[in-house]
Amino acid sequence: MTIAEIVDILDAKVLSGEELLARDVHSACGSDLMSDVLAFVKDQSVLVTGLTNAQAVRTAEMMDIICIVLVRGKIADSGMIELAKDRSVAVLQTQHSMFAACGLLYERGLRGGGKSHAKKS
Amino acid sequence: MQKNLRLHYDISGDDYTRAGEASAQLKQVLRQLGLSSSIIRKVAIAMYEGEINMVIHANGGTIDVEIDSACISLVLRDTGPGISEIDLAMKEGYSTASENVRSMGFGAGMGLPNMRKHSDYMKLESTPGVGTTVHMKISIGEE
Repeated sequence: MTIAEIVDILDAKVLSGEELLARDVHSACGSDLMSDVLAFVKDQSVLVTGLTNAQAVRTAEMMDIICIVLVRGKIADSGMIELAKDRSVAVLQTQHSMFAACGLLYERGLRGGGKSHAKKS
Repeated sequence: MQKNLRLHYDISGDDYTRAGEASAQLKQVLRQLGLSSSIIRKVAIAMYEGEINMVIHANGGTIDVEIDSACISLVLRDTGPGISEIDLAMKEGYSTASENVRSMGFGAGMGLPNMRKHSDYMKLESTPGVGTTVHMKISIGEE
């Protein structure tokens, strides 16, 4: 799916990265804890989180994650958006909760990656 | 690839929003050197966690990087409070970070274990009241 489809599925607002909307994303992770993302995530391209500071973007940058979805309508720090624009990371904001946002994306085919989360045909 | 490239980074301890900038810069250098994305990610994660630790616990420090044809060596030095119980600090989930740090997505006791997990060699030396030095190596040979 593309980032534009995520915007559509989650009825999200694009806070940064309009130019990235056509990019394909293949898997996602959901966490507020960046150390868990750094420890356990492999080859995900979307981070669903409630963390609204620059470190969410830094973590994305380290992990080659190209899209951050802020849940529960959380307001991003100004530093976060500034950094995201500079580093070409799309930041979306949805009113859905973390659970609902992950569920909606999963329902539409986005997976967590790894064998245990493989999409069943 | 250039041989024995040496890089030095000064890590400021007073600006949490800038924590990770040095790691991002190194990641860019490694990308320009044409290293594989999995190696680059290992280095980026190991250094980023170390950089965050320096900012959270030690009011900053320095990171020296040496890249040769076989591996990337990182030496992270700080003059912070030091770690009195290294074995305990290396355990997943053990943390002395403040609530403020936790609210920023870190401080869950995963930093040092993450550094060990993503490096091929790690040695931590620390003297309470003097500071901490972490040596890490990541091989860039055959994966």
